This record gives sequence, structure tokens and C-alpha cells, in this order.
Amino acid sequence: MISGIVFGILLVGSFGFFTWNVWKIRQNILLGRELDRTDNPKERWRTMILVAFGQKKMFQRPIPAILHLFIYAAFVITQIELIEIVVDGFSGHHRIFRPALGGFYTFIISFIEILSVLAFVATIAFLARRNLLKIPRFTMREMVGWAKTDANLILFFEFLLVTCIFMMNGADEVLYSRGLSHAENLGDGSFGFAVTQHIGPAFFGGLSDGALHVIERIGWWGHIVMVFVFLNYLPFSKHFHILLAFPNTYYSNLEKKGRFTNLASVTNEVKLMMDPTADPFAAPADGAVAEPQRFGAKDVTDLTWKSLLDAYTCTECGRCSSACPANQTGKLLSPRKIMMETRDRLEVVGDNIRKHGKEYDDGKSLLFDHITEEEIWACTSCNACVQECPVNIDPLSIIMEMRRYLVMEESKMPSELTGMLTNIENNGAPWQFSPTDRLNWKDE
Amino acid sequence: MSNLRVPTMAELMASGETAEILFWVGCSGSFDDRAKKITKAIVKILNHCDVKFGVLGTEESCTGDPAKRAGNEFTFQMQAMMNIQVLDGYEVKKIVTGCPHCFNTLKNEYPELGGTYEVIHHTQLIQELIDSGKLTVQGGTYKGKKITFHDPCYLGRANDVYEAPRELITKLDAELVEMKRCKTNGLCCGAGGAQMFKEAEKGNKEVNVLRTEDALEVAPEIIATGCPFCNTMMTDGVKHFEKEQEIKVLDVAELIANAADL
Ligand code: SF4
Ligand code: SF4
Repeated sequence: MISGIVFGILLVGSFGFFTWNVWKIRQNILLGRELDRTDNPKERWRTMILVAFGQKKMFQRPIPAILHLFIYAAFVITQIELIEIVVDGFSGHHRIFRPALGGFYTFIISFIEILSVLAFVATIAFLARRNLLKIPRFTMREMVGWAKTDANLILFFEFLLVTCIFMMNGADEVLYSRGLSHAENLGDGSFGFAVTQHIGPAFFGGLSDGALHVIERIGWWGHIVMVFVFLNYLPFSKHFHILLAFPNTYYSNLEKKGRFTNLASVTNEVKLMMDPTADPFAAPADGAVAEPQRFGAKDVTDLTWKSLLDAYTCTECGRCSSACPANQTGKLLSPRKIMMETRDRLEVVGDNIRKHGKEYDDGKSLLFDHITEEEIWACTSCNACVQECPVNIDPLSIIMEMRRYLVMEESKMPSELTGMLTNIENNGAPWQFSPTDRLNWKDE
Repeated sequence: MSNLRVPTMAELMASGETAEILFWVGCSGSFDDRAKKITKAIVKILNHCDVKFGVLGTEESCTGDPAKRAGNEFTFQMQAMMNIQVLDGYEVKKIVTGCPHCFNTLKNEYPELGGTYEVIHHTQLIQELIDSGKLTVQGGTYKGKKITFHDPCYLGRANDVYEAPRELITKLDAELVEMKRCKTNGLCCGAGGAQMFKEAEKGNKEVNVLRTEDALEVAPEIIATGCPFCNTMMTDGVKHFEKEQEIKVLDVAELIANAADL
């Protein structure tokens, strides 16, 4: 009874807090500029199923892909067991589904146990990769402080979670064989779960009945508490990608990667300049008089909502940066850092707006305070980062928006580019050649 | 000296003829000494196959790609609108480009501004010519030579064209060797995104040197590309390692033109 109430409070509390934090993130993402990504739903579903659910792009690197798949599969399948835990937690029963499901129950739990063993192995391998092997993409300069702690903490949580599952099932197995489990006794002497029917007796076989009950309860409560902790940790962590990977891949850019957006506001002005008969005071065709927007992006609110969703989806895996030509040649630019800074800045901007209202300005911005001009100008627009990202994030579009801001709003750019642009405007070529010489090659 | 036939669209119009396809030469192909050779190789192929093409000549202007990648949307759209006026004036339907950057911009970014054309890269056109039997190449010149292909970002990742240039290389009876990073994983030469026109930011290496290292690993006799900028970058990279005697950097169009003895 008491435990049922405690359980209920924990459940409601943790789902409530989780929902509140997810709501805040949603609000933050909607601070971004509009962008229509609702076309072609069939292709979008397909992309989501392949890339998020099927993890297609992960398999570019098979070893981490398989380890990651173990954890992912264990995570998804364990949710089934969670249903029973929740029902047991409220009703005070123990293994309520077992009598009814019979052999199928044994199969499901065995499946969970096997995946948990694999996840256990994967977790240890990942901890070793991060902390012992010194793989370059995990030790770049942005992977310090919270980013590093976050990555290790998640793995540690996973480790604890799996340990709890085995404590719970292992101790219960021994109790059951002694006829002392709280689960309904079907007279078969063993649950028959693939893993714990062996490791249960091996680890806990020599313990007293009392000790076993304590271990079983620690495992049970530990498991469910870890789930609640995990759930509420998600919105503060790169681990949020387990949820956002789905919408983020659904709203992927389906165009060719080389196609950059054309700024519509510029199109209108250029048309006016080129058409002497146009009426400069005519209302825009779509009727809506848009408030003048900044060209490009200085702060997070100048980016599209998709870029902001990208930022929250980033797994900080660093595949983008390890494929980036600028990063590989020692330049400051790291597309992962672009995504991490965008997220960090958005968190601050979102909190400011909730506290002080929409007009509040803290005097800071994503460009300059978080991302430097030097980083922005080092990009070759090669799309390697976009290609590599396992959850279809587009760091390049953020970089391009910042270039637009620098060039069109502040006229700030490397001096050679000023010359290049002047050449295009004056001679129709990025170099100083006369347009009348354009066909000279024919006779040379 | 040149016996190339390069009619301009204006000339064709004056004599009442039409072109099946417009050859968009590009700034690099028009003005850069190395790239002009690639342009001529493309023209030789077009002439040899009697393709009815035209160029804009002095009416051609930068597509605006470098301006756009540098963040100047105004200059880009001005260029685009002016070019679209010219192209539409000649009722152009199909365009072949000698440069992946022109290719990408014309193909992907002009339609929204009112300029919709069928745009192909020169390697795709050459492949069409071979497939339709208009052009035959024998191995001869390049038979058995080790050739590696460097994917231009704006042809490969940006537009998913990976096979056309490779099929042309295999037509030469050459040994196509792939670098460890190729196709979707290809490493940039370092020129894109307006980098061609500025100094690189501070780092510990030049991108083209890193990419040339990839190429040297497979010990090719020829590094083939399909982009005048990649060509410059890889040529400089090969010079950096003082390998210019052993390794040539050539455009796929040049390989085909040489092999077909044009
Ligand atoms: S597009 Fe820019 S940021 Fe992305 S990999 Fe290429 S150089 Fe790096
Ligand atoms: S942007 Fe994508 S590839 Fe880069 S760190 Fe984030 S999830 Fe990984």
C-alpha cells in the first residue's frame, strides 16, 4: 500500500517534470524562423524509418554501430518490461503477466535479458572508447566539461540500469526456486529466463532468504528509479536524441545538398531594381507585409526552427567534425561545436524570454559570443558534415546564415572576398578580367 | 591556330539556327589558363560529335556561386536574374557546364528565381555521347594506367553524381583506383565555399595537401577531376610534394579527348 503510493508519486512527479521540460524545449525551438517542411510525407516517413529507426547512417562505421544497436535495442525492448513494473507498482502484485502469458512471458523476459547482456558489454566498450582509447573525435576541444561528463554519465546510468535488472531477476530466481518469491508459484521451480536462471543461483545462491528479498527489492526499485532519473535527465542531455532523432529525420532536407536557399526578401528587391516599370509601393503578392527581417543570422532566433531542432537533436558524436576538411587541417571550425553552441545559446535565450519577456536583450548573440568569425569563414561548404550526420543535422546551413549576416548586415568579411565580390559586380567574374575577353580562349 | 568551332548564341540566332544545348563555360573555363585547356577539350568532343551547341561568349557572366557561398545574396541574385534574362532571350532549354559549381547553381538555385533548364555536367554529356554511339574511345593512350578520381563536392555530395565520371575512366581501359575517402566520403580539395578566393584560416595544414596525401596513398599516375577548382588545388598539392613529373592532374574531359585522339 505505502509502496504503491510512493510509486504513484514518483511516477506522476517524474512524468510531470519531464513534460514541463519538453514543453520548454518545444517553446525554444518554435522561436526559430518559419520553414515549410511538410511536403512529400511519403519520402519523409521513409527517411525517418531508415535513418532514425533503422540507423542506416550509423553503419558507415560498423563497430560503434553494432555496439550502439545493442544499447538501442535493449532500450526499446526493456520498455515492455516497464509496463509490467508499472502495473505491479500500483497493484502490489509481482510479475502479474506471468501466469497469463506463460511461455511467451519467459520468451520476452529472456529476450530482454540477452539484449541487456549485450548492452552491458556495449556500455563497457563505449566507456573504454571514450576514456581509455582517446579516439580523436571524443577529445576535440569542445568535448570538455559538461559535454564529457554528460557522455560518461549516460553510460554510467545505463550500466546501473542493466545491473538492477539482473539483481532483480537473479535474486527473484533463487527465491522462486525456494518457493519464496512474491510471484505466483506455478510449481515449475524456475522462471526459466535465459540469463538469470544461470547467473541467479551462481551469484546469489548462497544468500539467506532475507538478503535475497532485500536484493530483489533494491533491483526492482533501483530499476524503476533509474528509469525516472533517466527520463528526466534526457532534456538536459545530448541523450535527448533518442526522442528527437525521429522528428528531426522526418523534417530532413529532401533537396539536393548543393541547393542553398534563396532569400525571398532579396528576390523582391532585386526584381524591383531590374524592372523599371515595377511599382515599389505595390503590396507583396501574398498580401502579408512581413516585418523587416535581418539578413542571415546573428542570434539563434534568426535561424529556422529546423536548425534549432537540429541543435537539440545533436548527439555530440563528432562524426561531422571528423569528416570536416577545415577541422582536420587544424582550423578552429568544428561543425559539432556549431551545433552545441547553438543549443547552449538557445537555452539561455529561451529562459530569458520566459523570465523577462519577448523583447529582452541580454546583449549577447550566438555569433561573436559563441561562434567566431574565424570559424565561420573556414568552411568550404563541402557538405561532408551534413553527409556524415547520423541524424540528418545540417550544420552548414547555420554557417551560411551567419556568413549572410556578416556580409549583408555588417559588411564584415575577409578583404580578398570584398575584392572578389566587387569583381563579380563590375566584370561578371570573380577575377579582374574584362568581360569582353571572355571568349578569347577560343583563338588562343 | 585554333580550328575549334565555337558559335555564340548571338551568331546562331543571326543566321537563323538554333542550338540543341548551351555550353556554359564558366569564369574559370574562360579566364584561367589551365581551365581553358579543359574548356577546349570539351569543345573538341562537342565538335567531333557534331553536337549543335552554342556559347554565350561575352554575354555570359558569373553564375553568382562564389558570391552566394560567401554570403552575398544580393550579388548572387543580381547575377542570376541577369543571366536568366539572357538565357531566356535565347530560349535555352538545356545547358552543359564545364564546372560543378556553375552546374549546381544553374540546376538547383536558378529555378526558384525563374530560370528552369535541364542542366548537366560535362561528364554526364560525354557519357550520353558514348552511350548513344556518337563517340567511341579506345584504351590506347591510357590503357592500364592507374587513375584515381577526386570527387568534386558540388558534383558528388551536392548533386549525387558519382558514376558518370567513373564510367568514363573505365571506358579508357584504365585501372580506376579509389582513394580511401571517395564518393560520399570524398574529402574536399579546399576550394569550395569561396575559399578559392581567400587565404585559408590559421591551421596546421592546407586542405589540398591533405587531399593530395589521400591520392598519393594509392600511387596513381593520373589524378582525374571534373572541376577546374579541384584541378588547381590538386595540381598545387602534387607540386607541394614535388611529384609533378610522375603524377598528372587532368580533367575527365581531357582524358577522353586525348584518348579519342581529338
Ligand atoms: S561544410 Fe563546412 S563545416 Fe561542414 S564539413 Fe565541410 S567545411 Fe566542415
Ligand atoms: S551534428 Fe550530427 S554528426 Fe555532428 S556531432 Fe551532432 S549528431 Fe554527430
